[in-house]
Amino acid sequence: MSIVIFALLLAAGFGFFIWNVRLVRQNILLGIDVDRTDHLPERFKVMTLIALGQKKMFKRPVPALLHLVIYASFCITQIELIEIFVDGLIGSHRIFRPSLGGFYTFMISLIEVLSLLTFFVTIAFLWRRNILKVPRLSMKELAGWAKTDANLILIFELLLITFIFMMNGADEVLYRRGLSHAENLGDGSFGFAVSSFLGPKLFGGMSEHGLHIVERIGWWGHICMVFTFMNYLPYSKHFHILLAFPNTFYSNLWPKGRFTNLASVTKEVQLMMDPNADPFAAAPEGTDAAPSRFGARDVNDLTWKNLLDAYTCTECGRCTANCPANITGKLLSPRKIMMDTRDRLVEYGNNIRQHGKDYDDGKSLLSYITEEEIWACTSCNACTEACPVNIDPLSIIIDLRRYLVMEESKMPVELTGMLTNIENNGAPWQFSQADRINWRDE
Amino acid sequence: MSNLRVPTMAEMMMNGETPDILFWVGCSGSFDDRAKKITKAVVKILNHCGVKFAVLGAEESCTGDPAKRAGNEFTFQMQAMMNIQVLNGYEVKKIVTACPHCFNTLKNEYPELGGTYEVIHHTQLIQNLINEGKLTVEGGVFKGKKITFHDPCYLGRGNDVYEAPRELIQKLDAELVEMKRCKTNGLCCGAGGAQMFKEAEKGNKEVNVERTEDALEVKPNIIATGCPFCNTMMTDGVKHFEKEQEIQVLDVAELIANAVDL
Ligand code: SF4
Ligand code: SF4
Repeated sequence: MSIVIFALLLAAGFGFFIWNVRLVRQNILLGIDVDRTDHLPERFKVMTLIALGQKKMFKRPVPALLHLVIYASFCITQIELIEIFVDGLIGSHRIFRPSLGGFYTFMISLIEVLSLLTFFVTIAFLWRRNILKVPRLSMKELAGWAKTDANLILIFELLLITFIFMMNGADEVLYRRGLSHAENLGDGSFGFAVSSFLGPKLFGGMSEHGLHIVERIGWWGHICMVFTFMNYLPYSKHFHILLAFPNTFYSNLWPKGRFTNLASVTKEVQLMMDPNADPFAAAPEGTDAAPSRFGARDVNDLTWKNLLDAYTCTECGRCTANCPANITGKLLSPRKIMMDTRDRLVEYGNNIRQHGKDYDDGKSLLSYITEEEIWACTSCNACTEACPVNIDPLSIIIDLRRYLVMEESKMPVELTGMLTNIENNGAPWQFSQADRINWRDE
Repeated sequence: MSNLRVPTMAEMMMNGETPDILFWVGCSGSFDDRAKKITKAVVKILNHCGVKFAVLGAEESCTGDPAKRAGNEFTFQMQAMMNIQVLNGYEVKKIVTACPHCFNTLKNEYPELGGTYEVIHHTQLIQNLINEGKLTVEGGVFKGKKITFHDPCYLGRGNDVYEAPRELIQKLDAELVEMKRCKTNGLCCGAGGAQMFKEAEKGNKEVNVERTEDALEVKPNIIATGCPFCNTMMTDGVKHFEKEQEIQVLDVAELIANAVDL
């Protein structure tokens, strides 16, 4: 019976996860295509250093270490899942213990030690967020769902660890009494680093029946939390634990100062500059029709990498904490740019799925991000430098500017003057181009 | 009147000469009174070292950087293509510029539009001149002075040039002090992204004031920069705190030119 329930749970857990990941993938692919498959060796290197090695996290060593504990424990705990799956599907109990012997004890002990550390780190994180109110983690853009999301994840974490220790602790007491369902190797104790102390302390006085119940709650609780966690990911900033890898792999490898050149503009400019070009000539066979607009008005005008960025964002606020505009009290927050892009993308994707491809809900990314935010950016790249998973909020800001300027002619009035000057006299100020060399004789 | 030797490309061509390097002066360096001094400092160094260079003069036009950062890709590409026509017409191979914005645009954004050149920042050129033994710098007037370097975003984070300006400052026998936010963590002066040409959005402080506070914390005698816009912003910041009597804001080229007594 429990095997059937387990198998169903397993199928449902993975099925739902795959279904969700498909939706996310569909959404990301709504973006414009860019090629990020060049320089593969360098890409692997960046991914290894930044995602696996968390290189950029170590700009702030304390949170980096705390985060590393959770990360390591997350990765290592997954190994235990292999046994849980096998036990669950064939009805065994600690199937690998007899054959792995000392290595088994070592692995479970490692998991236990990391779990215990993670327990304290998680409490520290909850403390930082809710009681210390670290500025970067308590800004107004996090109010509501984002804050709940962050806390939920941490609470899931605590529950998961609690279940692990219930499972191992109660089983330890049972094993000592020779009542565990695990094969008795006659050694009197599992010898796991934490639960062989914690188990007897917590559950030593309980009856056999009670212990079996605690052990089973722990076991089922653990696996249920794993599935909950996994399926919660695609709705949460915690998706970064998976997406950090592709996102750093597809990083921008150019110097940060380089902005893309719009190819559609190049065509038009060439036509304007070439006196022999026939303005009425049909576009040559095989060239793409001009895109519907310059710059970005909505999420589908951004590249798929921008959209992958949005799903990868951990909402950690390192970008915003380094943003000169935000530091000096302006409305702009690069983290909010990423959160808005993601929220709009989810909404946009759902609209398409529910109402078809051409549905217009009367909204756009510009309903989320205001012009005041867009114009406050100094294009300084502090945000892209600070982001631990190589997200680029700046390119979204610039694409929104491009739309405002080139499609709607909306910009601060001083910029209109600046642009007119460049067009008329080749400098942002009103000086004649002929006078450019006057300094030589002054 | 000045005794600077600044041939234009056209003049050089007429004499049947080709320069080794083009000095891209930029709009600020051509028109802004403060930045013109930086331009002249660069020229003095080039003249002193006998570098065969030329400028475009009236044939130079804005690189288009502020237009591009402001979102006007049309204006940018028009500017870029006109400049590329001129540069390619003169078969320019190598460019030096004292403006990180021109540097970035010429180096990173022109190639795709047909203009591929070796582009270096003036601090890199000066460093090369020293390494090649063409320029010797001794502390002189700056000996023992406290100098802090403000990283221009488009030189530092934008293009990963952090060391050239610092090595030059160290040549001055001066004490190089770093602000708490420096190099990759450097704070913007507030001018980039076309902000130079508009009022800032509503906030509780100007960015240049915030940045000048960083500088004041380390109590420097001199704030060094490598960008005409940073120079303006930091100079205004120093004035904001009424420290202009105690603290000078100078370009690295000016430091070197002064130290060599040019
Ligand atoms: S590039 Fe723009 S958004 Fe990013 S940190 Fe600088 S000012 Fe802020
Ligand atoms: S963009 Fe990067 S730095 Fe900013 S909040 Fe998201 S993950 Fe953190």
